[in-house]
Amino acid sequence: MKKTNVVNTFNPSIDGKGIMMGRKAFTEDFAPKDALIIKVMRSPHAFAKITHIDVSEAKKLPGVEIVLTHKDFKRNAYTRAGQGYPEPSPHDKFVLDEYVRHVGDEVCAVAAVDEATALKALDAIKVDFEVYDPVLDFEGAKDHKVRVHPEDDIHEMFPIGFDPKRNLAAAYHMEIGDVGKTLDDSDVVVEESFHTTPQAHAMMEPHAVHAEIDYNDRLLMFSSTQTPFHVRRILSQTLEVPIHKIRVIKPRVGGGFGGKQALHGEMLCAAVTLRTGKASKMVYTRKEVFESTYSRHRMRLDFKIGATKDGKITALDVYGLSDTGAYGEHALTVYMVTGSKVLPLYNKVDAVRFHGDIVYTNRMPAGAFRGYGAVQGNFALESIIDMLAEKLGMDPVELREKNMIKEGETSKIFEVMGEGTEGTAMDMESCKLEYCLKRGLELTDWRGKHPKKVEDSKVRSVGMAIAMQGSGIPFIDMGAATIKLNDDGFYNLTIGATEIGQGSDTVLAQIAAEALGCELKHVVVYSSDTDLTPFDTGAYASSTTYVSGNAVYKAASKLRDMMIREAARMLKCDVESIDFDGRTFTDSSGSSVTLSKLSNTLTYNDEQQQLTATHSYVGHKSPPPFMAGFVEVMVDRETGEFDILDYTSVVDVGTTINPKLAQGQIEGGIVQGIGMATYEEYHMSKKGKNITGDFLNYKIPSQKEINRLRTEFADSYEDSGPYGAKSAGEIGIDTPPAALANAIYNATGVRITTLPITPEKILMGIKQKEKDRQ
Amino acid sequence: MKLHATINGRKRVLEIQPGDVLLDTLRDHDFISVRRGCDSTSCGVCTILVEGKPVPSCTYLSARAEGKTITTVEGVQDHAARLAGFFGGEGADQCGFCNPGIALSVYALSNEAPDADEDTIRHYLTGHLCRCTGYHSQVQAVKKYLEGLK
Repeated sequence: MKKTNVVNTFNPSIDGKGIMMGRKAFTEDFAPKDALIIKVMRSPHAFAKITHIDVSEAKKLPGVEIVLTHKDFKRNAYTRAGQGYPEPSPHDKFVLDEYVRHVGDEVCAVAAVDEATALKALDAIKVDFEVYDPVLDFEGAKDHKVRVHPEDDIHEMFPIGFDPKRNLAAAYHMEIGDVGKTLDDSDVVVEESFHTTPQAHAMMEPHAVHAEIDYNDRLLMFSSTQTPFHVRRILSQTLEVPIHKIRVIKPRVGGGFGGKQALHGEMLCAAVTLRTGKASKMVYTRKEVFESTYSRHRMRLDFKIGATKDGKITALDVYGLSDTGAYGEHALTVYMVTGSKVLPLYNKVDAVRFHGDIVYTNRMPAGAFRGYGAVQGNFALESIIDMLAEKLGMDPVELREKNMIKEGETSKIFEVMGEGTEGTAMDMESCKLEYCLKRGLELTDWRGKHPKKVEDSKVRSVGMAIAMQGSGIPFIDMGAATIKLNDDGFYNLTIGATEIGQGSDTVLAQIAAEALGCELKHVVVYSSDTDLTPFDTGAYASSTTYVSGNAVYKAASKLRDMMIREAARMLKCDVESIDFDGRTFTDSSGSSVTLSKLSNTLTYNDEQQQLTATHSYVGHKSPPPFMAGFVEVMVDRETGEFDILDYTSVVDVGTTINPKLAQGQIEGGIVQGIGMATYEEYHMSKKGKNITGDFLNYKIPSQKEINRLRTEFADSYEDSGPYGAKSAGEIGIDTPPAALANAIYNATGVRITTLPITPEKILMGIKQKEKDRQ
Repeated sequence: MKLHATINGRKRVLEIQPGDVLLDTLRDHDFISVRRGCDSTSCGVCTILVEGKPVPSCTYLSARAEGKTITTVEGVQDHAARLAGFFGGEGADQCGFCNPGIALSVYALSNEAPDADEDTIRHYLTGHLCRCTGYHSQVQAVKKYLEGLK
């Protein structure tokens, strides 16, 4: 790789100081003081029909501006998913509906002058429900006698296997080769079912939105969203407002992780402001974030893996059942990623089958969440690889090395499976998985520690897993950037790309500064405003650095060419003879003009013009980042409790545009993955009520959970990425569940196949083994 | 009713209702650095200092602050800016929603235990949940910040 000055060097994030100082930054900070406060009545039932709703008393209360029920909306099915159009998610939701399909679903909404009045008004609304038996067990949901969606005015946008009569939001099937025969012919076959539980995003900023009608009579909305352009489109389509009448601004977002890809408060907030003409605001309570948005998909994955006795993996066979809850947001695509960004890890198989059903239940919906199905798939695959190694009497690392994907290779799966559609064939032009594995073994002294060391009643053990993800969705995700040259030679970079705390404003500014040869501080960034910035699909699918970054690189290169042309005109020489070092244009005779002089002249003095370049980018492939994750634990065999002593990650993300921020992405993902692996879990009452609706009952990792995190990056360069970059946003979350399950097995002989991995399950496993021995 | 308190060094008289909590009272008076995270004293996002001690403002009744000294990040801007340099240095600032609260706890920590080691720092900051960073970089940043004060 060529030497760089701004990219791949240390740069603190450009906005960290102002945010630490508490300056106005987040959605709620910009809300008008007189905004009406919107409060929503949430369903106490997992499944019911509203038979009667009386809002007359509520409307009479002084300070109540508007009450909205399902009767106030035209039935116009949509999906909150927040994806490109047409969406691969079924249009199966209404702004408000006569049915409520999970505890926490919307019944009706009130907007009032203050919160107390709005809450009082909700109390004054009388609702009669016809309560139905809910479908809570996802394993019995398909063809259940109760239909979660009995209505007939919902639809899929293109074939995704949507069949609400059978409680199917989507279904998928693919097979390469003859799996049945290959498994029959394999020397060894291992079979196991794995269960994962829903996980809450638990971003620190709750979903927030506010809206007003501006002086141009347009709807101006501020939203803590990952997808401002999708929000604009979906509001327009669903509320039937011309799209040019809507402006969506995304201020600083306090974490997303996929949880803010979908629309949550936007629809009701827009409706209130459009109907009253008054500003309105909706900030989710933490309870609403936990039970009325969406979570990660619960899955059961039935895995079969075949191999020859010398350890060549021959076949992978997966049937999965995924619980999308009440609405099919991301139903198909999350499930497909469970296969498409997991199974190619072992690309030398003769046959592979991946199929499954994504079922409706009367639980909280599931949707996009960092990893997007790959976490669930990785837990199953990387657990069963260790199981296979044991059965073969082989070292699990050696089994991986022998079978895993390597640089220059491909997998047929890339061609067959996309996201909701067919995929895109690609070779692994950058894949340093072998290095990641080897380096991780060294860093962790794996050979010295594997599988375990007994220390009295405690056992110290290690476990590992490898993983891959993607970089955007090829031919679908588009990002665009505009760069403008200002007088005195500084630049504005405007991007649709959505900074949600991951550091994209900084990373994209670094790419622009590198291409323009300037200092980072001379690139002023403004992102995610549907009026002022070019389009971008949004912050999801690990796309921003790769897709939007390529757009920024191309826009900057284009502007650089334009500036050189103007300099050549001024110096009266050929364009080819100009050398530009970021500050000065010099021709072959040694005559020169500074950028400052050039830009001032273009602004004020001669042939005045505004130089601006726009470029967009849509990926033609999705180069996967790869990693190897290693965990060391200390397990107490008497109690089943365990401590995570160390988690070491060696990661190939291509070039790290900003090494510290990339490290933050990996480590944040690791710890979120450890949470999922060890204790994060929704608990429901028998009637489907969430009893884990706050941080006291739904625990996420705190400062004290992890003793040591180590992260290293492989020296890697992806030719199709900006300055060689791939993605870093999701890959970190993939390995902890399997690595930890493998470490626990190595310590105790107990194979945990149902997440989370709790001391209770470990202890019960130990006791069971003791009993079996007697 | 009226609340008499010293906020960021200035004596203030604020109109409050009996059930109001400081989180709302402060935000309503444009101390917007105080962020809303959970409403149940469990995430640390809304941390402020009352009499120099970190407390969650989401469950601190405004009336209880009568006559007391309240500090938000608006009152310790130099400290926050300096700490931000260390967070930036370690890549510890992602979304930053929890950072003003953390800045106040670090301010209190630097007064109470300027020699805090890594374990003490972790213990002191346990009440501040962060979903972005994985904490490791935060602890390194705070450690270096405290060392820098010596």
